[in-house]
Parts: sequence; C-alpha cells; structure tokens
Amino acid sequence: MADWKEAGLTAEDLVGMYRAMLLARRLDERQWVLNRMGRAPFVISCQGHEAAQVGCAWALTPGKDFVLPYYRDLGVVLTVGMTPREVMLDFLARAEGPSSGGRQMPGHYSHPRLRIVSQSSTVAVQALHAAGIAYAARMRGEDSVCYVSFGEGAAQQGDVHEAFNWAGIYRLPVIFVCENNKYAISVSHTKQMAVENVADRAAGYGFPGVVVDGSDPVAVYRAMKEAVERARKGEGATLIEAKVERLVPHSSDDDDRTYRSREEVEEAKKRDPLLTFAERLKKEGLLDDARREELEAEVKRAVDDATEYAEKAADPRPQDLYTRLYATAPAVGGEAAPGA
Amino acid sequence: MPEKTFIEAIHDAMDEEMARDPSVVLLGEDVGLRGGVFRASTGLIEKYGERRVIDTPLAESSIAGVAIGMALNGLRPIAEMQFADFSFPAFNQIQSEAARFHYRSNGGWSVPLVVRMPYGGGPGVHGALYHSQSVEAFYAHIPGLKVVLPGTPYDAKGMLKAAIRDDDPVIFLEHKRAYRSVRGEVPDGDYTVPLGPAEVRREGRHVTIFAYGYMLHESLRAAEELAKSGVECTVVDVRSLKPLDVKTIAEAARLTGRVLVVHEDNRSFGAGAEIAAIVAEEALMYLDAPVRRLTGPDVPGIGFNHVFEVEFTPDAAKIARAARELAEF
Repeated sequence: MADWKEAGLTAEDLVGMYRAMLLARRLDERQWVLNRMGRAPFVISCQGHEAAQVGCAWALTPGKDFVLPYYRDLGVVLTVGMTPREVMLDFLARAEGPSSGGRQMPGHYSHPRLRIVSQSSTVAVQALHAAGIAYAARMRGEDSVCYVSFGEGAAQQGDVHEAFNWAGIYRLPVIFVCENNKYAISVSHTKQMAVENVADRAAGYGFPGVVVDGSDPVAVYRAMKEAVERARKGEGATLIEAKVERLVPHSSDDDDRTYRSREEVEEAKKRDPLLTFAERLKKEGLLDDARREELEAEVKRAVDDATEYAEKAADPRPQDLYTRLYATAPAVGGEAAPGA
Repeated sequence: MPEKTFIEAIHDAMDEEMARDPSVVLLGEDVGLRGGVFRASTGLIEKYGERRVIDTPLAESSIAGVAIGMALNGLRPIAEMQFADFSFPAFNQIQSEAARFHYRSNGGWSVPLVVRMPYGGGPGVHGALYHSQSVEAFYAHIPGLKVVLPGTPYDAKGMLKAAIRDDDPVIFLEHKRAYRSVRGEVPDGDYTVPLGPAEVRREGRHVTIFAYGYMLHESLRAAEELAKSGVECTVVDVRSLKPLDVKTIAEAARLTGRVLVVHEDNRSFGAGAEIAAIVAEEALMYLDAPVRRLTGPDVPGIGFNHVFEVEFTPDAAKIARAARELAEF
C-alpha cells in the first residue's frame, strides 16, 4: 500500500476516508435490504469500488470542481457532500430527491450546488460533457477541474475516445477515471479490449495514463492529487484506471452465478477495500477496534435516519410528470400536456 | 431596409450575438479558417478568435457532446453540423442528453445550445443520399427540444438570435437551396422572432397550404400561379415544428376547409402527418375535402442524378396541381 504521509494525507484524513467508505458501503447494503424486502425497485451498487471513489473525491474541492460520476459512484457523491438523506430520497424516487425528483433510476446523481452533473443511462456520454465543461472553465481562466468516471465497459464507447481527443488537443483540465472491475455486466474485459489496461490508451491522445490499485484509497488519492494539480496548472488531462473488484452482481436485477464462479467472487472479497483498509489503519495504530465500532454505530445511525426520512417523504404528484421540460417557456402551447 | 440572402442573415445573427455576448461560441467542422463549407461563418474567427470559433475534430458526437458541456458551464454554444445528414452520429447526444438534461434533473441543469444544420436538397443541389436529407421529423419527435425551420432571411436572423438566447436546446434547420437563392429584407441591428408562432404569408379562401423552409417559397409560387385562374390560397409558414402552433394551424384549416400539407421530408410519420392529425382533431367539422399531403417519397434520399432530384422534390407545379384538385373536390 502507498505511503500516506508521502501522499500528503494526515491521520485524520485516513480515518475520514475510512468513514466515507464505510458510509457508502452501509448505505449500499441498506439499499439491497430494502430492495429484497420489496420496498425499492432497483439497486446499482458501489460495493468493492469504495476505495477508488473516496480516494478520487478526496482530492477534489467540493462545490468548485465539477463531478460527472457514473452510476456506481456513491462513494464519490457522498465525499463531495451529498447527504445520506439525499441519497436515500433519490434511491426511493421521492419528490424531494435532489437528483431528479423521482424521474431517474437510482445512481443517476445530480446536485447543481455541488456541481455534480446529471447523468444518463447511456454509458460514457458524460466524458464529452466533461470536455465541454473543462473547455468553458479554461476559456474563462478558472482553475476548476472536472472529474469524470466510467467503467471499463463504457471505455469501449466512441464518446470516450472523442472526449480523450478533445482533452488532448486543448489540454483540458479533465481527470478521466476508469473504475475497471473487469465485468461489463457479464462480459469479461478480455472480450471488451485487446490491451491489458484502459490507461494505455491515453498515450494515443497525448496525455498520461496511470494504473492504480483501486483497493488502496491512498494510492488512488496520490494519483488523483497529481492529476488535479496538473489540470489546475493548465498541463492538461490525465486518465486514471483504478483496478477494482465488483463484489456483487451488476444490479439487483442481475444474477452473476451464470457467468462468474463462486470461487472467483470469494477471491475478490479478499481484496474488499473496506476490510484491507481497516486492517492497515489498525496496524498503523490509527484505528483501534473501539473507534471502528464507534464509526459503525455512527454510520448506522445516519443510514437509519436517512432510510426513515426518505421512506416518509412524499412521492411526486402525477402532474409533476409534465413540468420542467423547458427552461425557457415555449412561445406557443404549454410546456407539456397529458397524452390523452 | 437592406435586402440580404438567407445565408447572410444567418451570418449576421451569429456575428451580432457573438459581439453582444462573450459567452456565445461557435464550433463545428471547418467553421473557422474556412468560414464553414457554406461560408456561414466567414470572418468570425478573425473577429472573435479561435477560442470562440472552434474548428473541431471530424467527430459529430463530440461536437454535440462538448457543446452540451460548454452549455452546462455558462457558455451559449452554436454547434454546426456540416450537413444535417451527419447529425446522426450526434443523435444520441442530442436526444438522450441535450433534450433531457433539464427534465431529468428536475430543472437543476439546463442546456442553452443551438445546433445548426443545413438540410434538404432538390434540383441543382446535387447532394445525393447523404447531403440532402430532411431530418426534422426525427428531432421534432423529441420532448425537450425546440425545432425550427425558418423560410425567410428576416426569420433566419431573428429566429437564430432568439435560439441563441433561449435556455433550451434548439435544432435550427437551414435549407441549403434557400442559402443563396432566397433574398429578402433584413433589418440591420437587433431584433428577434419568437420560436413557435406560425405566420400566415398569404390569405385566400379556397385552399390552405401548410409549408416551411424552402417549400414555403414553392408554395407561394404555386399560390401566385393559382390566383391567376381564380383559386385563392392561404399559405401558412409553419416555421416551428416544436413547439407547433396548433391554434394558427386550426384557424387556417377552418378558414378554407381544404388542407394541403407540403414538405420535402419523407412522407410517412413526417410533419405532414402531425399537422393532418391536428386538423382532424381541431377542424374536422369544417373540412370540405380530405386532408392531402404532398411530400418527398419514402425512399432513402434524393438521388444524385438530376432526374431523381426532379422526381423526388415537390415544386410549385406539383403543389399547384394538388391544390387545384383540392379546390375542385
């Protein structure tokens, strides 16, 4: 594991990072429970990716830097400031949910104040938005950077390559982060690409590509910090590929037993970042069992509170289906009308 | 008032908006040093610099996708698709992203973006299957977009300015035959034309013709010709398909009870079908004849050979024949 002092982190940072990972994991687990109880239609999980996500987000300046996450990035959005209540409101598609007010599936984060940009379900499209956002920031002489993430499956989409190309040509302050968990739903990375690392492709676009151990939040943070510094100085984009494990099926509607051996999943669990990071912190004398239990209790209270709050929150009203289609009201007709 | 061509009006609108608002940028293939393959942006890179007039990589999805990102972060991009036919690699960015950002974020984000597309063909254009398509029906089907097709230089300038100032994505379709063949009065200086209202260009009591873009001019020529033999036509310029001016369409249909819809786009599921449906819903009891559509046929574009161009494209003679048949029904 990477040296945290050398990476510029404090002991307090490390415990904070562990807490953020723990919160993401426990919120995610609660979502699965609610789903299996029939109280929530769909879960898309961050489990196994938390170290990569928290490590990346720890290097950003919330509210200043733009965040274009993908659907697994629960650890990212929590770290830059989304609250557990907000996450659960979105998860249960409540009217008050900040991302979409019940319009989008869970995991499609949006939070304008935190500069978390709304996502699509079509993968990889956000890479181009990141390039445009970064172009606009540069044009105004701002030093904000843009984080954009995607899986290794989405890395096969043309939009990612087109975004790399723009970022290379204009030396845009974008940090592309590929969370490579080796599976695009069921399809192995070996059937997605002929090269071993997505990061190798950065060379073809004229900026650095870095491979990091995605189960080590310190290593990820260090790579991200360097990338952010380069971007702020006007030295251009970086592609970071975090090698992670997906600990659960693709989503609550998937059954990974048809394409993944149980032995492989057990092996992956040995790299569970929550366990390996806790062990390390313990070994280094930064997190004893008592403190860890306190954090568990604190996180459980936050998850319970968020669940209770969101379950009681109101659904959108039927008429909300027709609103906020246009920002400038159309010159004739209404915004939208019922179909019949 | 000075008389200008359609493309001069487009140029002037971009020029004036870029001068007025530093957040307006133009991006597309060859829009910079070359001034656009149709020369719509001549001189703009010299005036506003290469940061605001961007010669993009030859990748349309990136033109739309990067423009969306710019719009999310305070700019007002004008993205040029060199030909409407090449907008399809960008279709996903336009339909899944630009059109949905505001709705899907429950009003949290908006995309003030104009996508300009030269479209259409016809005799003398020689655009063939991939440089002459009409694409309006694809885009007009998408909630969250505004889709306009000005027919006159006056509207081209005023509607482009309105589109640039609009906070939503606007698909701005410019008919290639109009670029240099259509001239008209265009005031110097600032004015806008709202995106939505249709305009009655000629009033007559026998037949109502709905048209837009270059077909507006063929329809007006047909009406002129028919008037000589006593058939008086109302010609409505449906210059916005989204939003569509239902009220004006219904009133104009009721006025004559005989309706002809003209477009160059393929027939099936085209704008004509929507307009005919509105007439059926809003004016059926006023009709004296079945609604008639005169459109491009359902083949994949206008063939390169001149014979194909003439055969494919509605023109004043074909419109006059159809309108006369309706008048005599």
